Amino acid sequence: MSEIHTDETKGSAGAERQPVAFRGGGFAPKNRRWIGVLVFVLLIAIAEWGTRTGWITALTLPRPSDVLETFGELYSSGLLFKHLLPSLSRLVIGATFGVLLGICIGVLIGLFSVMRSSLVPLVAALFPIPKIALLPLFVIWFGIGEGSKYALIAFGTFTPTVVATYGAVDNVDRTLIRMGQSFGLSWLSIVRKIVLPGAMPGILSGLRISLAIAIILLVAAEMLGAEYGIGAYILEAGSLYDLERLFVGVVILSLLGVIVSAGIGILERRLLGWRV
Amino acid sequence: MDIRLEGISHHYDDFEVLRDVTLDIPAGQIVCIVGPSGCGKSTLLRFIGGLERPRSGRVVQLGQAPEGCLNPLTYIFQDFALLPWRSVAGNVSLVLEDHGIRGTAAREIIEDVLARTKLTDFAKALPKQLSGGMKQRVAIARALAVKPAVMLMDEPLSALDSQTRELLMDDLVDLWSRQPFTAVYVTHNLAEAVRLGHKVVVLSRRPGQIQEIVEINKPLPAREFGDPELDEPQRYLWRLMREEARAADAELMNV
Ligand SMILES: Nc1ncnc2c1ncn2[C@@H]1O[C@H](COP(=O)(O)OP(=O)(O)O)[C@@H](O)[C@H]1O
Ligand SMILES: [Mg+2]
Repeated sequence: MSEIHTDETKGSAGAERQPVAFRGGGFAPKNRRWIGVLVFVLLIAIAEWGTRTGWITALTLPRPSDVLETFGELYSSGLLFKHLLPSLSRLVIGATFGVLLGICIGVLIGLFSVMRSSLVPLVAALFPIPKIALLPLFVIWFGIGEGSKYALIAFGTFTPTVVATYGAVDNVDRTLIRMGQSFGLSWLSIVRKIVLPGAMPGILSGLRISLAIAIILLVAAEMLGAEYGIGAYILEAGSLYDLERLFVGVVILSLLGVIVSAGIGILERRLLGWRV
Repeated sequence: MDIRLEGISHHYDDFEVLRDVTLDIPAGQIVCIVGPSGCGKSTLLRFIGGLERPRSGRVVQLGQAPEGCLNPLTYIFQDFALLPWRSVAGNVSLVLEDHGIRGTAAREIIEDVLARTKLTDFAKALPKQLSGGMKQRVAIARALAVKPAVMLMDEPLSALDSQTRELLMDDLVDLWSRQPFTAVYVTHNLAEAVRLGHKVVVLSRRPGQIQEIVEINKPLPAREFGDPELDEPQRYLWRLMREEARAADAELMNV
């Protein structure tokens, strides 16, 4: 301890007293919900004010109050649910398929060497392909109807889920697995009661990404031969340069994203309450 | 049920870990294994529990496991190995479920083992709410639930502070006095070894060989904290280990 500077101390009695400078804290972000809301409100208020004063021209950005009005019309005409319901069913069916298959394959990759050596390169090859580029192929394989839309969404959610799942399985504490073996638990019990719950945090954070991708692909899928659906609605508005309706569609997608994200948050709180 | 190790040798690739270990583990006794770190104590315990196979030699079981024994060779791990997503009772129930014990039968066993480890009030708590000592008691309760013939403990108290360690040693002695169990207890702490062991096996540095087996005759319940009668064997053990530990320490730094 010879490096401690002692030149300033004038003996313990007459010593200058200084509080030790605080240098801890930070690096622990907390979620303050109202700040998120405030940011939204502020941005919308700026847009409203800008478009009203003419500082933002109507061609650049539609006026938020007009967008709200258009949304009201969409709702009162009953068209809202006509567009929303098919979209939601495509999203739910496609994402469910993709996520479930992704979790299964991810667990297999996480557990078996053969699966790992054969499928990891394949997944790495599939991951970077923009799934939208394969839309024509899906139409040929699954028809122009709902099938190709489900397939596109399922495929798009599948690859990120696989990658997240096998990473999560790799991260499961090996001593817990050894513990299971040492108590003579069956293979299936070890997977069901130790590997899957242990991988759940990683799987859920993968789910956040997969489901956002699913919403993106939903619009892409509906741009092709769908009469109803949020994507079809946006596409039609876009081709007419109807910015109010375009924004209504976009806002619906954003809300969908927020709801999905909040849903996963609830799921995390219910399933991962055990985390320290 | 006795366990006998017959000429166990092992190496990982070119790395010799254990050499010709022959040892008897008689029923109803606690056999402590001490030795410098890296001498193959944990590896030996994995062989005894059947989690790994030695290159040569074998582990044999003499006689049948007693009636009602669900998992004859049961581990207690240094880092507790509790499932963090299961409550205390759930962690115990985990090892019963696979034997088809559920419902009332399971509840009775769980209540019994939690009472024996003084955890009754914490049945619903999650591991994250427990202190280290309580976590290890849950692991002991879980091991007791399968009525083991032999308990295999790999430095079970090493992750705990010294006061908690004393308390848990008392608990282990209590458990043993009420119902003697067989155990192989690996530790690097000589105080633990002389407090809990009927026999203390001293391994040399890697490759681990049996250097000496020290018998401690004072009955377990009569031994106590800072017992002067235990000083003698502890000092003797330390003399045996001292040079080995020093050499092992220097060796590890050269690796
Ligand atoms: N699976 C393994 N592969 C290679 N080396 C290992 C393996 N397990 C243990 N070892 C080595 O064997 C030696 C003995 O390990 P271990 O039994 O854990 O020692 P101890 O518990 O006595 O400290 C150590 O040097 C360790 O690095
Ligand atoms: Mg060890």
